[in-house]
Amino acid sequence: MIIKQLSVFLENEKARLCEVADTLAQHHINIRALSLADTTEFGILRLIVDQPDKGREVLAEAGIVVRVTNVLALSTQDAPGGALGALRVLAECGINVEYMYAYVAKVSGKAIMIMQVEDLEVAEEILRRHGFEQADFAGFGD
Amino acid sequence: MNFWNPKEECMPLEELRDLQSRRLREQVRRSYEHVECFRRRMDDKGLKPEDIRGVEDLHLLPFSYKQDLRDYYPYGLFAVPMKDVVRVHASSGTTGKRIVVGYTKNDMDMWADCMARMMVGLGVTDEDIVQVSFGYGLFTGGFGAHCGAERIGATVIPISSGNTANQIQTMVDFGSTVLCCTPSYAMYLGEEAERMGVQDRLKLRIGIFGAEPWSENMRRKIEEKLGLRAYDIYGLSEVLGPGVACECTEQAGMHVWEDHFIAETIDPDTGEVLPEGSVGELVFTSLTKEAFPVIRYRTRDICRLIREDCPCGRTHVRMSKPSGRTDDMLIIRGVNVFPSQIEEVLLKVSGNRITPNYQIVLDRVNNTDTFDINVEMSEAFFSDNVREIEALERNITEQLRSMLGIGAKVHLVNPMSIARSEGKARRVVDKRSGKI
Repeated sequence: MIIKQLSVFLENEKARLCEVADTLAQHHINIRALSLADTTEFGILRLIVDQPDKGREVLAEAGIVVRVTNVLALSTQDAPGGALGALRVLAECGINVEYMYAYVAKVSGKAIMIMQVEDLEVAEEILRRHGFEQADFAGFGD
Repeated sequence: MNFWNPKEECMPLEELRDLQSRRLREQVRRSYEHVECFRRRMDDKGLKPEDIRGVEDLHLLPFSYKQDLRDYYPYGLFAVPMKDVVRVHASSGTTGKRIVVGYTKNDMDMWADCMARMMVGLGVTDEDIVQVSFGYGLFTGGFGAHCGAERIGATVIPISSGNTANQIQTMVDFGSTVLCCTPSYAMYLGEEAERMGVQDRLKLRIGIFGAEPWSENMRRKIEEKLGLRAYDIYGLSEVLGPGVACECTEQAGMHVWEDHFIAETIDPDTGEVLPEGSVGELVFTSLTKEAFPVIRYRTRDICRLIREDCPCGRTHVRMSKPSGRTDDMLIIRGVNVFPSQIEEVLLKVSGNRITPNYQIVLDRVNNTDTFDINVEMSEAFFSDNVREIEALERNITEQLRSMLGIGAKVHLVNPMSIARSEGKARRVVDKRSGKI
C-alpha cells in the first residue's frame, strides 16, 4: 500500500541527523525505518514513522526542511530472493524504481520493502494484481 | 621624465583652475541645453547655467547617478545627435539592463590622449610592443588601452582576455614589453609563465593594471613574477573608461586628468563636499566629453584626494586606491556583481515564489577570487529526489554564470544556518581583505 514517508534535507553534517532523531524522540514519534542518501554536497534522510503528519509538523517547527512523500510499502518473505518477485514484476512492466530500502519486520519471517517508483498508483495496482502482500503499519509489528 | 602633453600635465594650478572654470561653464550650458535629465534637475534647484561662474560654484550643481543611465536607456543622456556619435560602449547593470555610453570623434581623441599621457609617463614609447589583455568589446578596457598605445605609435597586440597559454606564448614569441590587463589576471599569467618555465624569456617592462581592487602586496608579487613595474589605472565607463586617472612612476596615487575631469570627495550621506585629503565618495564631472557628459557623477567609490606636489612634476590631483564602496557592489575577478543580481536568479529558479536566504562568501586563494554562494534550503526548493536537487544546484549555477559572466560555487545549506543580525541574514562575507 501507499504510505507516507518523511523526506528531510541534510546539509552534510552529523549534528543535523541527531537533531532530527532528537526532535522526533521528544515528541514520542517512533522511527520504523530509515535510509540516508547522500552526495558530496548534501543528503536526504527518508523516514517511516508511526505518525508522519505530526512528524512533519514537529520537524518543520524545529527549522528542518521536511516534506511528506508517498512511497510504496510491500511485505515480503525475510528469506533469500524475498524481494525478487516484486522487483521482477515491476521491471517487466517497465516501472523504474528510484530508490528502495528494506526493513526486517517484527512479525517473524517477514521483511518490509519501501519503494519509490515513477508511478505509485500504477505500481501498487500491478503488485496487487500479482498477489504481492501490501504492508501497512501493522506489517511493522505494532 | 616623459610627458605626452607637458603643457597640460604640468599646468600651474591657478591656470588649471581657470581652464576648468571655462570648460565647466561651457559643459553646464551644453548639458542644460541638450540633456533633459540635467535641465530638469537644474530647474528643480532654481539654477540657470549662468549661475555657475566657475569651479567655485561646482557644489551648487545637482548630482547624477548610475540609475540615470538606466532610466534614460539607451541614448537619453547623450548631448549630441547620433550622427556625431562614433562609438558606444556598454556594461551590464544590476538588473540585467545594460548601461550605454557614447563617444564623439573628439571624445575618442581625448580618450586616446588620456591613455597616451599615462603610458608615456610610465615610459612607454613607440618602440614598445603592447599586449592588451583587457577584454575587447562593449567593455571599455580593451579599446581604451588600445587607443592609447596606438596614439603613441607603439605596436599593439589586441589579444583580448582569456586563453592563458596562448597569452604567454604570444608574450614570448612577439616580445611583448607592456602588458595591460586586470591585476588578478596579471598574477595568474605570472604564475602560469613560471609553471611553463618561460619567465626568463619574457621581455615585459611595464604593466598597466586596473578594473579591480588590488594591494601593494599583490603589486610586488606581480612585479616579481613578470619582471616588470606594475601600475594602477582607474576609470569607469560612465566617465570615460580606463584613463580617467592613473599612477605615475612614483606609484603613489593616481593622477586625475584635471583638464578633462574634476574630482570631488563628498560625504555620501549628506552630499556635502569634503576638504581635499579627507576620505569620501568620489564624484566626477567631465569637462570636455561631448557625447556623454556627466556632471557630479556619484561613483560610489570611497577614496581620498591628494593635493600635494608630486615628484613627477604633474600638478594634477591624485586619488588613492578606492578603499570600498558606498553601495553593495562587489568586484569579483574584475567583474561588478550586485547582491540583487543573485537574488533575482534565486527568485527565478524558485518560480518567482520566494527568495531564499543566501550568503555570498568571497575569498582569495592562490591570488584568485573564490566566489561561493550558500543558499538556504527551503520547502519550496526541496525534493525527495537527489537528481532534482542536483539539477537545482546546476540550474542556479548556470543562471548565475549567464547573468554575471563569472562562475560561482553554489552550496545548499540548512535553513537558518546563515548568520543573522537583527533578523537579517548577512549577505556578504568578504575574506579577501588583507589577502589582496
